[in-house]
Amino acid sequence: MKRFILIAVALLPGCSAPDSRPVVVGSKKFTESVILGEVAAQLARRAGADARRDDIGGTPALWLALTQGDVDVYPEYTGTITREILQAEPPDLVAALAAKGVRMSRPLGFRNNYALGMRKDVAAAKGIHSISDLARHPDLRFGFLAEFIDRPDGWAGLKPFYRLPHPTPPPFDHSLAYQALTEKSIDVTELYTTDAEIVMHDVMVLDDDKQFFPPYECVWLYRADLEERHPEVVAELSKLEGRISEAEMLRMNTRVKRKVASEPRTAADFLDTTLGAGGPAVVDDGFARRVLRTTLEHLTLVVPSLLAAVLVGVPLGVFAARRPRLGGAVLAITGIIQTIPSLALLLFMIPLMKFLLDKGTGAAPAVAALFLYSLLPVVRNTYAGLKGIPGSLRESAAALGLPPFAILWRVELPLAARTILAGVKTAAVINVGTATLGGFIGAGGYGQPILRGIDKFDVPLMLEGAIPAALLALAVQGIFELVERAVTPPG
Amino acid sequence: MFYLHAVAKTYAGRVALGPVTLDVPAGRTTVLIGPSGCGKSTLLRLLIGLVTPDAGGVTFDGEAVTPPAARGVRRRVGYVIQDGGLFPHMTARGNVTLMARHLGWDRGRTANRVDELAVLTRFPADGLDRYPHQLSGGQRQRVGLMRALLLDPAALLLDEPLGALDPLVRADLQGELRDIFRALGKTVVMVTHDLGEAAYFADRIVLLKDGVVVQDGTPADLWHRPADPFVTRFVQAQRGPEVPEVTA
Repeated sequence: MKRFILIAVALLPGCSAPDSRPVVVGSKKFTESVILGEVAAQLARRAGADARRDDIGGTPALWLALTQGDVDVYPEYTGTITREILQAEPPDLVAALAAKGVRMSRPLGFRNNYALGMRKDVAAAKGIHSISDLARHPDLRFGFLAEFIDRPDGWAGLKPFYRLPHPTPPPFDHSLAYQALTEKSIDVTELYTTDAEIVMHDVMVLDDDKQFFPPYECVWLYRADLEERHPEVVAELSKLEGRISEAEMLRMNTRVKRKVASEPRTAADFLDTTLGAGGPAVVDDGFARRVLRTTLEHLTLVVPSLLAAVLVGVPLGVFAARRPRLGGAVLAITGIIQTIPSLALLLFMIPLMKFLLDKGTGAAPAVAALFLYSLLPVVRNTYAGLKGIPGSLRESAAALGLPPFAILWRVELPLAARTILAGVKTAAVINVGTATLGGFIGAGGYGQPILRGIDKFDVPLMLEGAIPAALLALAVQGIFELVERAVTPPG
Repeated sequence: MFYLHAVAKTYAGRVALGPVTLDVPAGRTTVLIGPSGCGKSTLLRLLIGLVTPDAGGVTFDGEAVTPPAARGVRRRVGYVIQDGGLFPHMTARGNVTLMARHLGWDRGRTANRVDELAVLTRFPADGLDRYPHQLSGGQRQRVGLMRALLLDPAALLLDEPLGALDPLVRADLQGELRDIFRALGKTVVMVTHDLGEAAYFADRIVLLKDGVVVQDGTPADLWHRPADPFVTRFVQAQRGPEVPEVTA
């Protein structure tokens, strides 16, 4: 509910107080980024600021959130900045970023380079040591993350650079790619040199013998205005420049992947040893608290979007039933919205909500996307329910001398209530399922443990989101069946 | 009470009615009769603006029945269709009092009016809180009549009101309906395809064929002074049972 009050406040011009806004730290949805995001958030708290970490999908969404002002700081890699974000190699990177209102810290110390990896035994059997060697084995099966396939510093650039004859493979999830590599269902995958899996799965990192991959120095990217708003936070962040070694990062990643400690715990321990104890205490939420929190977050997405869909969808359905020609267009448009992939719709909402509400990530875009998704079943069933009423009943109501609105309210809508309710039920169940995608844009909910679970290949964590989501869908269905029974006249 | 002047109505290029000029006098029972598709139901609907004429005009009590005026006319005219046309999501009482609720009557006034109507139509008090599908066909028809009479209309229109009933119930209800009409002294326009029923109710019968009036007169006129060979055929087609006695 708190987010909704925030949105409501944001709607009133002049009511927002920028200085009281917490420092928002962004992170991508892989372990290292989450740990570093947690490090930044705890540093901000050490500096005395209020801070929050939002997990936001991939580079483009996070960069957008940073430049829009939804996120104040996030950890990034120099290679990603030049090749993917700027798509240029400016002589002065700091100046190029400053032109966009973004500051870059000095390197934190470690590099997390892209590399290609294979199972050690497979590589040895084929005599492969370097990326050049791959060209001699066109039968090798590749498995890459979608982002890597499209990136100019990924497969798109690597393939022509090394003249690799292999076809472009279908995209894979990064953590699933390691699993596939171990099970020999693929032979080669992309990896990051600080991935815990390199140690855990005993993977061979192929030599980039022609030096295709640029260095990926880890840095903080932060908004220029953070320096004015929270100079103490920027000072605290800069304390880590040159302080995180590759070995240290690999150790932290492995600690989280092996489930020795949570990301916040790992970050806190690192800060305690590096900067000395004294940070605010980190308390890991227990299972019940975590589920309660994600449930509340999930309901914050589902309830307002569904309510809005009913408030808008029923009148639209009535309109469609009354005006056949325009109504056909209404039904067609809501149908088209339904065919847009949900993730695409969600990402499309980020700039739109920024424009409308000045809040591009978090619950607002997720609620907007879910609202659009929930419209179709409500509109279509309202339309069908009204169209299904026999003409003689409508005529009987008109013959009494009731005005059109009273006919709609007292006769037509009650008669169509069952059908409309069935539409709302369908919308609600779809909504509960689709809301898990909120995890991609920092909206929280059950999607967050599911996405983190997939990334860490942590099945219990995945189930922590998936099982409550399924139970909530069943509960929603049950509630609507009770309402249906109450609404239906006896017999 | 109603006056139709050169009224015509066309549906999808086919003439459903007209041109018809007809005067419906107040306080009398007029029956519209004719074969299926002759336009009698269309004519009835025209009277309260449920159908808008393509040509000509309809007046009620001297006032033109135009789309904006129709709602006011409908509140002064009761309308009953076959099987009552009841709303299935409301009880009998709910159906009868729908307009009272819309107009914001107080509970006492509404309850008194329902009691009066139940007595008038001989509807059992314990049936008032049942839903339409829990009532018999005759009871549904009575509820439809109560609903039409709630606002004490000046005129009552009935479209095949007894069409869905079995013969015994129908005969009983015919008698009761005629008593009610006489007691209330209202202008009644009834549509039926049954000549016996028409003769039973009518002060005046209007026989329609293919959308035009073939004959307009008393039942005796139709039987004894047919205007047209069609009238003769129509009258003769509706014979009663002729069962010769068989002797051993």
